[in-house]
Amino acid sequence: MSPNTPPPRPLPSTILPLEKAVDVLDQLPGGGFILTKIEYVLNWGRAASLWPLTFGLACCAIEMMAAFAGRFDLDRIGVIPRATPRQADLMIVAGRCSIKMAPIVRRLWEQMPEPKYVLSMGSCATCGGPFYYDNYSILKGIDQVVPVDVYVPGCPPRPEALIEGILKLQDKIKVEPFLRRPIAAKA
Amino acid sequence: MALRTEELLLNMGPQHPSTHGVLRLVVTLDGENIVDIQPDIGYLHSSVEKMMEYRTYLQNVALTDRGMDYLTALANEEGYLLAVEKLGGIEVPPRAKWLRTIMLEFQRISSHLVWLGTWGIDLGATTVFLYCFRERERILDLFEQVTGGRLHHVYFRPGGVYEDLPAGWTDRALEFCDEFPTHIQEYDDLLTGNPIFLARTQGVGILPTDVAINMGASGPVARASGIAFDVRKAFPYEAYGQVEFDVPVLADGDCYTRYMVRMEEMRQSTRIIQQAIEHLPAGEIRSKVQVTVKLPRGETYARTESPRGDLGVYLVSNGDDTPYRVKIRAPSFSNLFALIEMMRGWKVADVIAILGSVDIVLSDVDR
Repeated sequence: MSPNTPPPRPLPSTILPLEKAVDVLDQLPGGGFILTKIEYVLNWGRAASLWPLTFGLACCAIEMMAAFAGRFDLDRIGVIPRATPRQADLMIVAGRCSIKMAPIVRRLWEQMPEPKYVLSMGSCATCGGPFYYDNYSILKGIDQVVPVDVYVPGCPPRPEALIEGILKLQDKIKVEPFLRRPIAAKA
Repeated sequence: MALRTEELLLNMGPQHPSTHGVLRLVVTLDGENIVDIQPDIGYLHSSVEKMMEYRTYLQNVALTDRGMDYLTALANEEGYLLAVEKLGGIEVPPRAKWLRTIMLEFQRISSHLVWLGTWGIDLGATTVFLYCFRERERILDLFEQVTGGRLHHVYFRPGGVYEDLPAGWTDRALEFCDEFPTHIQEYDDLLTGNPIFLARTQGVGILPTDVAINMGASGPVARASGIAFDVRKAFPYEAYGQVEFDVPVLADGDCYTRYMVRMEEMRQSTRIIQQAIEHLPAGEIRSKVQVTVKLPRGETYARTESPRGDLGVYLVSNGDDTPYRVKIRAPSFSNLFALIEMMRGWKVADVIAILGSVDIVLSDVDR
């Protein structure tokens, strides 16, 4: 093969080994760029940096703290706790929510900027849990107040379960039509 | 012309990074000085006392874990079951008593570790949190091997405990106990000599002895104010009468003293566990008690030393398999209202330091 004739172009469906990637990119005018969907990139970035509101209600908050601490280390997957709803895009409702507390949860959710997500951690936040029967003060599920994206079962869920829930939320974010997403507050 | 000043009403919570749980504090400020502080509680009221009336004595054990102080699940079970066993005349085999003592002391250490870690965060020392939770995870592993749960154990039963220790558990527990004092030394190195920590805690939030008695403070808060009272010593339950340990009592009553008392308590708990494992007798772990145990008509009051203080359970039975009434005397509730006296006159920046040093759990306050 003479140096002037370019190598044959790969078919679009061909999956090349990674070390060949530079060869392909260099053939393109300018080189060194990739083609992708804008929404994919945006979603990829958003999913990898979920900032939850540090907001513990009851026992599950202790397991949430354990998930932030050394052994489980949620920082690894880009989850960094924020102390104010204005900087947060994920609300982990950890624990039982009383009827007195419900308006405050709603207000905190409303204070969060779009796009925002809610993760209901534990049986109590999901449906009332052990406080379902014979109880006059606990809300039977946080989804009566705010829309919930991911439910994590358990009483309390282990930190591994919380991590799994966050990974599930990341999967959900990655396939979202982000630019055409309806505003959650109107939904 | 005189500068016009007026009092400012500041609302802290219920969502605040440093209120431990969902506590709302209405602070009246004169400039930066606290004139008055009023805790607004009830944001985590779970109506546990009412729910207990509809559940059998065995089912209630699971409820005490969750509905009361969630950091000290086993101490709640102990308080409740002491009342049940006292009223029903249920015998607890010696091995179960010692097992309970071991578990309760591990629970005390793990609870104090959460307190130390979160208080460290409140004061800006984030490293302590990571260190404390490292050791706490090891205790939770030990718990999990015995009880199957990390936070809520449901391990104590009327008349004993649920299961015996798995093989090799005592060795692992002793290994932890041998190692733990060196870890306490690490926390000491991080905090005790730290000038920023000392400036924020020493002499801050003083609770005088007479006020502590009047407000009904108990546990480490009272012992830091010079009240030498510990239920484990005064009214020994389980195997506490047969182990040697010291109750740390200091007289200054400030945040730093409360910190020192709890640090010493962790050392003493390690001592108790070591002795208890050494003395652990063989034998039964549970006496024969029916699943739907019926208690005779009557009423009783049992008190235990939970990590937060004097936990009392008042139990009334009218002969059914469910309690007629359960009243819980929560240590955090009294300690929270002692807070008002501690905070008066201090700066607004001290609120967090004082609140953290009291170690309240809102689930215990509201129930």
